[in-house]
Amino acid sequence: MKHYSKYLKKYFFAFILAPVFMLSEVFGEIWLPKLMAMIINDGIANKDTGKIVMIGGVMLAVCLFMVICGVLGNYFATKASIGFSADLRKDLFKKVQTFSFANIDDFSTGSLVTRLTNDIQQIQQFIVMGLKMALRAPGLMVGGIIMAVSINRSLAGVLFFSIPVLIIATVLVLMAGFPRFQRMQTAVDNLNNGIKESLTNVRVIKSFVREDFEAERFDRKNQNLRDKSVDALNTVLMIMPVMTIIMNVTSCAVVLIGGNKVINGEMQIGDLTAFITYITQILSSLMMLAMIFLNSSRSFASLKRLSEIFDTNPDIADKADASEDTVVKSGAIEFRNVSFAYPAKTIRNADTGMAEDKDGDGKPDEDTSGCGLVLEDINLKINAGETIGILGATGCGKTTLVSLIPRLYEATGGEVLVDGINVKDYTIKNLREGVGMVLQNNTLFAGTIDENLRWGNEDASEEEVRQAAESAQAGGFVESFKGGYDYEIEQGGTNVSGGQKQRLCIARALLKKPRILILDDSTSAVDTATEAKIREAFATTLKETTKLIIAQRIGSVKDADRIVVMEDGRIAAVGTHDELINSCEEYQEIYYSQVDKEDNR
Amino acid sequence: MERHEKLEASLDRRYGKLVAKAGKGGGPGNRGAKMAEEQANAGTGKNRKQTIARLFKYVLLEKNRMIGAVVCSLLSTVLTLATSYMLRPIINTYIVPVDGSRGDLAGLIKSVALMFVLHLLSVVLLFIQMRLLAKAGQNSLKRLRTDLYNKLQKLPVKYYDTHPRGDIMSRFTNDVDNVGMLLGSTLITLLSSLLTLIGTVALMFYTNWLLSLIIIFLVPFTMFFVSKITKASSKYFSRQQASLGAVNGYIEEMVTGQKVIKVFNHEDMAVEEFGILNERLRKNQFFAQFFGGLMGPVSNASNQVIYTVTAVVAGILCVLRGFDIGGMTVFLNYTRQFGRPVNEIAQQATSVLSALAGAERVFAVMDELPEPEDDEDAYIPEKMSGYVKMENVYFGYKPEKMVLKNISLYAKPGQKIAFVGSTGAGKTTITNLINRFYDIQQGTITIDDVDIKHYPMEYLRKNIAVVLQDTHLFTGTIMENIRYGRLDATDAEVIEAAKLASAYSFIKRLPDGFNTMIEGDGANLSQGQRQLINIARAAISKAPILVLDEATSSVDTRTEKHIEQGMDALMTDRTTFVIAHRLSTVRDATAIMVLENGEIIERGSHDELLNLGGRYYELYTGKKELD
Repeated sequence: MKHYSKYLKKYFFAFILAPVFMLSEVFGEIWLPKLMAMIINDGIANKDTGKIVMIGGVMLAVCLFMVICGVLGNYFATKASIGFSADLRKDLFKKVQTFSFANIDDFSTGSLVTRLTNDIQQIQQFIVMGLKMALRAPGLMVGGIIMAVSINRSLAGVLFFSIPVLIIATVLVLMAGFPRFQRMQTAVDNLNNGIKESLTNVRVIKSFVREDFEAERFDRKNQNLRDKSVDALNTVLMIMPVMTIIMNVTSCAVVLIGGNKVINGEMQIGDLTAFITYITQILSSLMMLAMIFLNSSRSFASLKRLSEIFDTNPDIADKADASEDTVVKSGAIEFRNVSFAYPAKTIRNADTGMAEDKDGDGKPDEDTSGCGLVLEDINLKINAGETIGILGATGCGKTTLVSLIPRLYEATGGEVLVDGINVKDYTIKNLREGVGMVLQNNTLFAGTIDENLRWGNEDASEEEVRQAAESAQAGGFVESFKGGYDYEIEQGGTNVSGGQKQRLCIARALLKKPRILILDDSTSAVDTATEAKIREAFATTLKETTKLIIAQRIGSVKDADRIVVMEDGRIAAVGTHDELINSCEEYQEIYYSQVDKEDNR
Repeated sequence: MERHEKLEASLDRRYGKLVAKAGKGGGPGNRGAKMAEEQANAGTGKNRKQTIARLFKYVLLEKNRMIGAVVCSLLSTVLTLATSYMLRPIINTYIVPVDGSRGDLAGLIKSVALMFVLHLLSVVLLFIQMRLLAKAGQNSLKRLRTDLYNKLQKLPVKYYDTHPRGDIMSRFTNDVDNVGMLLGSTLITLLSSLLTLIGTVALMFYTNWLLSLIIIFLVPFTMFFVSKITKASSKYFSRQQASLGAVNGYIEEMVTGQKVIKVFNHEDMAVEEFGILNERLRKNQFFAQFFGGLMGPVSNASNQVIYTVTAVVAGILCVLRGFDIGGMTVFLNYTRQFGRPVNEIAQQATSVLSALAGAERVFAVMDELPEPEDDEDAYIPEKMSGYVKMENVYFGYKPEKMVLKNISLYAKPGQKIAFVGSTGAGKTTITNLINRFYDIQQGTITIDDVDIKHYPMEYLRKNIAVVLQDTHLFTGTIMENIRYGRLDATDAEVIEAAKLASAYSFIKRLPDGFNTMIEGDGANLSQGQRQLINIARAAISKAPILVLDEATSSVDTRTEKHIEQGMDALMTDRTTFVIAHRLSTVRDATAIMVLENGEIIERGSHDELLNLGGRYYELYTGKKELD
């Protein structure tokens, strides 16, 4: 709960005033039956119409007071709940921005999205209801009890039986309902994941004509959700009948006992009428409270899921003594005895999505099955301005290796140095400012091309944007688009081809003017001629920049100053093309797989 | 400040303006405005009536349960009303007899016992009614989701290319949920409230017609306030939904692209942009919730006014016209009961509004044009041999901009046709046309001399296996993912296909082998490995036509060399279309088509094209130089 107190503080007055006004409204509601009893006991009994009208006037004034309080209460409740959730959403988004790659892998993006959207919505609804009803219900109850006792103490004794029975019955139903709601939530998540998947895979589904197959799959999940929902609802809706029965028993008892008292002259008839009204009020307020609890169970699950986000420590953060002044200057890189294994994953409950702690050590349980060493014994020195090609089979650790340079992942053993300084001693911001990286699985965002490129440097001049695009050989096709640089990229970059996307991604990285540029297989969809032009542009405009190029094609790296050949997480050989072609068996194999006899005619 | 405004404008463009400007329609990149327009239209009366009618159809499908629930609700309400009226004779006859005699305890006990039995009965009926409705509601909800999903399956690829995923998702989650509230609980409440209301009014008139008339006179005042509030909040509710859609869309996009954000230190910018969208949501949500929430206190106070007036008038009637106290007591209870259903109806108004707004967005999807229907006399030959012919084909994603111009080519079974050309020349587009992801604007495409539009869509696509550059996989085991290509394939066939695609060796090395679960789009596999699974998936389908769109771009050349044999086996007797950037992959093609700006500028075999010394030669030697 510690994460949420600051929002309570920020909207302190709203959080206080909302229930205060709601309570004032309740006050009116409680007073009215008492005034009504006065009409019967004083007015009718004495046949005094003047008195009746006078009391009526007071009652109308109370009504006016109620509406004012109600509107104000609604205002503050809305303000508090909307403010709370908006700030919460913003802070969570901010927190997610601090997550490392490993953190994101651990949660999975889908689950993060659900937490930031649905869970927050759930909490907001809960707060509105809580503020409007939380005090209103107990207020009505306490007020009702006070009035009931003041009218007739012994008759009010009935409540000592019905209230506990009501509470116990409600708790039992809620206890039965809680796990069912959790199962329902899982079914919801399951369904949503399925939908998301079929949205991403729509082309595959359509080309294999698997619409019916997918529909069947969806149907199973949908049916499951329906069953779980009905199960949960059926449990919860027991509450209504149970409560009504208790209420009815109570009012029957009041009529019986109270009626007897009136017969014996121990009580006035007007008071009995008012008493019945209060009893109804008390019990229905208890029902309201139960409803709040009911909804709260769902909301607390949401709150817990959000707390997990807040509780996650980004496992890559600035060191306390990292100096703001340390920036990447030359771009020399060194790997010293580096090894790497992916961190363990948190085991999450399939039902709730929450971290599990089965061994009860107070920490979430972890799955370490994917934690074998991916990189081992890496020793490599790269000079500033050097161009390094990296080759190797899929899954041999190329991407992991370069990810260590901008600290996207943290080396498990050994050190990674940039300009002779351990990457951990830079601020993340400065380090990544100096390192441009074009990811293998790259994304463009909704917005114009200009906006997308400016991710590299928001303040770049128009000239610089164009230059970067030219260097990445993107200038030509961008100009051919309608609107040129103002052409709208659709979410995920679906309206440009794979090769265009890659070139835009390169341009975006170039605009950063990095000291170190990493291209992770980022020209695979670009044709060879264009790729050659890109490399040419690098050689002239990025002379000083250290360049690391991961590629599949030998041609992409052949002219590099040195080529690193990787195999199974180790460096198999380092050297120039000419050296490797004579000495390195793996390199030869790769080379001859791409250049066959015909080319060597 | 200026920067902030720029950001706002950019966000407007990307995630939809909240209020559509009149006369600003269609056009490229105007999805935002279109969405906003949908939102703005949401409030119009005609639309709303249609929406309600369509929702009602879902309710009708649960006719039996609904009728059962209505009957139970009716009986339960009648019983509740009857017991509440019993208080009058109890007071007047047994507690304070009107004739002034002493009360009668034995009679009191008897009638209270009867009252209790009736109460019990009414609760049992209530319980049955709630169970019936819960089931009916969930069933309708399930149907709504199924219909929405099935409709989405029928929509053309174009729909997915032009609608953000987050927005479609939000229709499945937020909007359907809102409709669910309506079908599941709001309808129950509305129904029983209405019945109670009618019954109470009837009993009120029976108890005292004069008092009843006075109250009926007061009701229109309440109605007036309620309708004012409804109007105001309806407007803001549509806005709230629109900005919620924008915020959720942004979250989805940014969280998915989180890794790129990290690489570019773009966190602050994302937080800032999100802040703006979030602020808008806060504002619109505030108004929507505030006006929605006004219903409660306003109708509550109205009820109290009615209660007060009743007490005063009834009191005066008791004094002047001999109205009995028992009657007054039950009448006062009625005004409370009368207030409750009115109150509940008012409070449900908020959820009805968001349900309607949600339903409109759901139905908007259902109204989208699906993929074209099959011809009635669609042609289903026993076997497709795979002779593909294109004649003078023209195509553009937008009619004003042609992407492909005058494409003519043919491919016979066993032949391999390769498309090369710079990125954006239209290579992928050609393959999108063969399986009718998009329909051509001019010219003809035939397979076995029959226009592809003349085949049933399903038949056509079943006969074309595609391996795409995107390497998405489905949640499930690797076995299931490969079998996706042909559902009746045996385990042995799956393993055979994996071997063919050279995926076997790495799959074998995984701890669970073919039973390894693919999760989160296959994040636990490398892109190259995912591509191999995709190839295996295509290998297992027996389609005579094969389209390989950059199918091996993420596989290293060594592995590619290894799978070459398998690929050759895969292509035997099949018509194959290959798109590749590595010219080494296409060298042995029967014919190579060189595309530029949507036109085939050169065609021929590798040797012919090299001898021609044109664009292909340039491309090829461009590579050669590098080698």
